[in-house]
Amino acid sequence: MAKNKTVDILFGPVFRNNPIALQILGICSALAVTTKMETSFVMCLAVIAVTAFSNASVSAIRTYIPNSIRIIVQMTVIASLVILVDQILKAYMFEISKQLSVFVGLIITNCIVMGRAEGFAMKNSVGASFLDGLGNGLGYSMVLMVVAFFRELFGSGSLFGYQLMELDRNGGWYAPDNLMLLPPSAFFLIGFMIWAIRAAYPDQIEEA
Amino acid sequence: MPQRDSIGYTVGVAVVLCVVCSLVVSVAAVLLKPRQELNKKLDRQRNILDATGLAYAETGEPASQLNAKQVQDLYTRVEEHLVDLETGDFVEDLDPDTYNERAAARDPQQQVKINTSKFDPGFKFREGVVRVYFVRGPEQEIKQVVLPVYGKGLWSTLYGYLALRSDLQTIQGLTFYEHAETPGLGGEVDNIAWKAQWEGRWLYGEEGTPAAGVDKGPADDDDQYLVDGLSGATITARGVTNLIRYWASDDAFGPFLEKLKADMGQGSTLASTTAEPMGASNGQE
Repeated sequence: MAKNKTVDILFGPVFRNNPIALQILGICSALAVTTKMETSFVMCLAVIAVTAFSNASVSAIRTYIPNSIRIIVQMTVIASLVILVDQILKAYMFEISKQLSVFVGLIITNCIVMGRAEGFAMKNSVGASFLDGLGNGLGYSMVLMVVAFFRELFGSGSLFGYQLMELDRNGGWYAPDNLMLLPPSAFFLIGFMIWAIRAAYPDQIEEA
Repeated sequence: MPQRDSIGYTVGVAVVLCVVCSLVVSVAAVLLKPRQELNKKLDRQRNILDATGLAYAETGEPASQLNAKQVQDLYTRVEEHLVDLETGDFVEDLDPDTYNERAAARDPQQQVKINTSKFDPGFKFREGVVRVYFVRGPEQEIKQVVLPVYGKGLWSTLYGYLALRSDLQTIQGLTFYEHAETPGLGGEVDNIAWKAQWEGRWLYGEEGTPAAGVDKGPADDDDQYLVDGLSGATITARGVTNLIRYWASDDAFGPFLEKLKADMGQGSTLASTTAEPMGASNGQE
């Protein structure tokens, strides 16, 4: 039973209880950073690290946090972690941090992080909160990677920067779909994903 | 915990949290700063090596594929100078290592009003003193001059380097080291095939006005000034044209380039006597 619960906390948010698909949180960065798989992947790692560690830290101090300033306390913890991640990226993954530019900083405002801190970490143990953060980060990552897969494949003809379909402007045959390079395309892709997930779990369908 | 919501306790928690968080953040920032500065410097050097074609000529790879050591080795061929744009003279009383162009462009004491109606780089002010780069050949002659250029695109400011051959008329290359244009559209200014078209374009038109730029649609094969347009990136392309023409104009690098050309013609201490005549190939390809 205990083992089942752990698995549920960790993997529940990946498919069944996905923060983007079910709760429609964190859409903004899902639109912005998904033109390439490589940048999305680093963004995912950053978000996973921030949700996991912010959940764990908030949970660790949850009994000391005064109720009246609990949101500010969570925000401060999250902001510090995001700055930390941003600094590390700038030092060790400079190229990618250049491409992610402001979006790493904007993890602070990613509703998933804040939502899990307030909704889960304030009531649960450090270990469970850490797993919950990890799971929600993974759920976010799953959606991002799927969106980035389609956008990079059809928008640039490549995956992880590896050219699969030679572009016409470089002398190849594939005329890229420019819509895929623009943020609105992620809306369509996420829409299709939500459709697929709700077709698999009909209980998620909201009443019209 | 009865006192958990008392004012004293709340303030206490807030203070402790702030101190802990600020400590964590500042320690990380201080520890990682040298590495970040090194990254930025390497990135600029890589772009200069790409603009000049040095990286490709020497190793057959673009500079982004080279490691830090290779970049630093190649970069020893490049020397930096500070130039006052108004007079076109070299500036000796500023330290090139600490001088910061972007800070100078914002500083009311150092900034200069941009004074041109023809080519709009998207800014009202620029720095008065800029950094230029010389690539020397085996005889110490100047083979290339690299000028820093920047201007507004669609979303962002494009910062780049324009490399000129020793005739100060033929473009060797153009690279952008910082921008946030749409990947795949305006971001194609980083496309290697597109960038390669700049090589051999002429910077100035017949009357000496800047004429190099980006065409709308494909450029004519015999066009000496324009490169192909970027589809879906009209505003970025226009920005690139404007920034090249602005920085090449009399309001920016014009006076400096004229002085340099005269100096090189006379074979002064700056340019050696073996500087090539106008229009000659510099043997880079």
